[in-house]
Amino acid sequence: MNRITSFAATVAVAAFAAFPVFGQSSDSTGFGDASKIQSRDGAGIYAAICRGCHMPEGVGAVGAGKYPALAKNEKLEAGAYPVVMVVKGQKAMPPLGSYLDDEQVTAVVNYIRTNFGNNYTDAVTVEDVQAARP
Amino acid sequence: MLPPQLSRRDLLTMIGALAGSEAMYQAMTTLGFAQESPYKGPIKLDGDPKGASVLVLGGGLAGMVAAYELSKVGYKVQVLEYREKAGGRCWSLRGGDNYTELGGFEQECKFDEGLYINPGPWRIPYHHHAVLDYCKRLGVKLEAFVQVNHNAYLHSVKAFEGKPQRYRHVSADFNGHVAELLSKVTKQGGLDQAVSTEDREKLLEALQSWGALDENYAYVAGTHSSERRGFDIEPGGGQMPLAKPSQPIGLSDIVQSGLWSSLSTGSLYDFQTTMLQPVGGMDMIARAFEREVGSLTKYNVKVTEIDQDDESVTIRYEDARKGGEAQTATADWCICTVPFSVLSQIKTKVSTKTKAAIDNLPYGAAIKVGLQFKRRFWEEDEHIYGGITYTDLPNTLISYPSTDYHSPGKGVLLGAFSLEAWAYEFTSLPPEERIQKALEYGAQIHPQYKDEFDNGVAVGWHRVPWTLGCYGEWTEEKRKEHYHAASSIDGRIAMAGEHISYMPAWMEGAILSSLDAIGRLHQRVVSG
Repeated sequence: MNRITSFAATVAVAAFAAFPVFGQSSDSTGFGDASKIQSRDGAGIYAAICRGCHMPEGVGAVGAGKYPALAKNEKLEAGAYPVVMVVKGQKAMPPLGSYLDDEQVTAVVNYIRTNFGNNYTDAVTVEDVQAARP
Repeated sequence: MLPPQLSRRDLLTMIGALAGSEAMYQAMTTLGFAQESPYKGPIKLDGDPKGASVLVLGGGLAGMVAAYELSKVGYKVQVLEYREKAGGRCWSLRGGDNYTELGGFEQECKFDEGLYINPGPWRIPYHHHAVLDYCKRLGVKLEAFVQVNHNAYLHSVKAFEGKPQRYRHVSADFNGHVAELLSKVTKQGGLDQAVSTEDREKLLEALQSWGALDENYAYVAGTHSSERRGFDIEPGGGQMPLAKPSQPIGLSDIVQSGLWSSLSTGSLYDFQTTMLQPVGGMDMIARAFEREVGSLTKYNVKVTEIDQDDESVTIRYEDARKGGEAQTATADWCICTVPFSVLSQIKTKVSTKTKAAIDNLPYGAAIKVGLQFKRRFWEEDEHIYGGITYTDLPNTLISYPSTDYHSPGKGVLLGAFSLEAWAYEFTSLPPEERIQKALEYGAQIHPQYKDEFDNGVAVGWHRVPWTLGCYGEWTEEKRKEHYHAASSIDGRIAMAGEHISYMPAWMEGAILSSLDAIGRLHQRVVSG
């Protein structure tokens, strides 16, 4: 996301909102700043940003719509798919590329593809993530 | 030319502060958010719909406005709603309410009677004419929502050793120092090319008045500055001690603190005084609409397919709680207010362009945490009546209730309202840990938290089963590509909701989009 877009998004929220005006503080308990996830390892990143929707253990959830389970998910076989989903989003999956750098996307995708009953050992690389960025 | 205590860096930072708010305003204007609502009074739907029928998907504000207006002029209307009640994101949580989020995490709100939080919209600008007009027409009582409170705090963990500063101190001192600097530059002839001699005198007068400067155009401890920031010893009666002015915070400390970045919020068109709220909770608006259209509404309906042909629209659905056999409903037309986060997962017969719009609108993250305390310590100890404290901690803000001041007993604060990364991080925690986080952050501003906390409730919008997110997060690029298709009537289906507006996340946007959709639909019906 470029600066203007990310700003527009922030403004859009003004509605419900007040701006997270300072936004640069970090926190001893693991929260990073307002626009970046702090954790560097796959499990930590999953717990910080993915778990909200895909749930503990990647079991997913169903309401009026659903969040697909990541556990034993065959769509994860091709590493490019989760990379693109994380970076660009689609449908109910928001783009998370602005909150995570290339190493973080790599780490979390590799974590998901080798946990929750998935065993795809052909790790994705930083180059794969760079290629997926708009 | 510049006073000795002001470094170049200070000056640049400060210019950044001023330019920043200007840039913010310009961007908001360009994007269309800071505009007066174009609402011009109740919608007029002239002409006979000749018994045409409409299915409204979603019983939030957009859906209920459509149902209310269309049924009044003779349409046969049925509303299908996923939840067991109407209102959508126009929602309040009160004591006794149970809320189960995605993942099955259950919360029972244990607030005392009369206390609530609004997990969704929580304040109404005075220029949101459609919301206000419906409140008037439907008898929803309003009261002032305090946005700016000069006695609330601005807080940064990196400034003043993490000690919260009163808004009035930061505001008065920032303005005072800037006024003093500008007056010095003006007097020294630094503005001669930009300001005529006549204007120079007026400008100095204005700066003196605006910044509370003394007769020498200095911002110093004294009556003038204390009339803005307050006195160390307040003026009293009888033989009480004489008033003692307070000492302003130094320019460099103010500039370096970054706290000025919150000063402009209340000047933004969307947050200017007077803001309003319904007495008793935001869902008073939802309830008022529900009184009008509840009888047209079928609840606990999970839509599974939206089909249409040249003649009609057919909706397939099941019971949202029990599942089971598919049922169908048919009508001539459909107003679909289902958020795109959900609609993108429902088989929907629309054009490729519309489908692309539906599939490409992400929903923003937001978290709110309501905290009940055993007493209203913010009023009793700190003289804070309503308003908002801003912090750079991940809870972003603390909002004090703008109602029932001095009431004995317990009180509820909005203890966190965060967006973006912080919202995702809060949402990823179990509800009770979100509450713990909000307490941990808030206690750095109000130490009373530790002794006075009673219970809390936390809503992360990506876990809300009927929205999967908070609001349609348009970017300029996405608007260019998809907004026209998203807002056009596709065959017999018209979309409505906050996401089909230029004021996403606002109730006004939801209502205006609905009025616009039914206006165009009605034209088609009466002319067809």
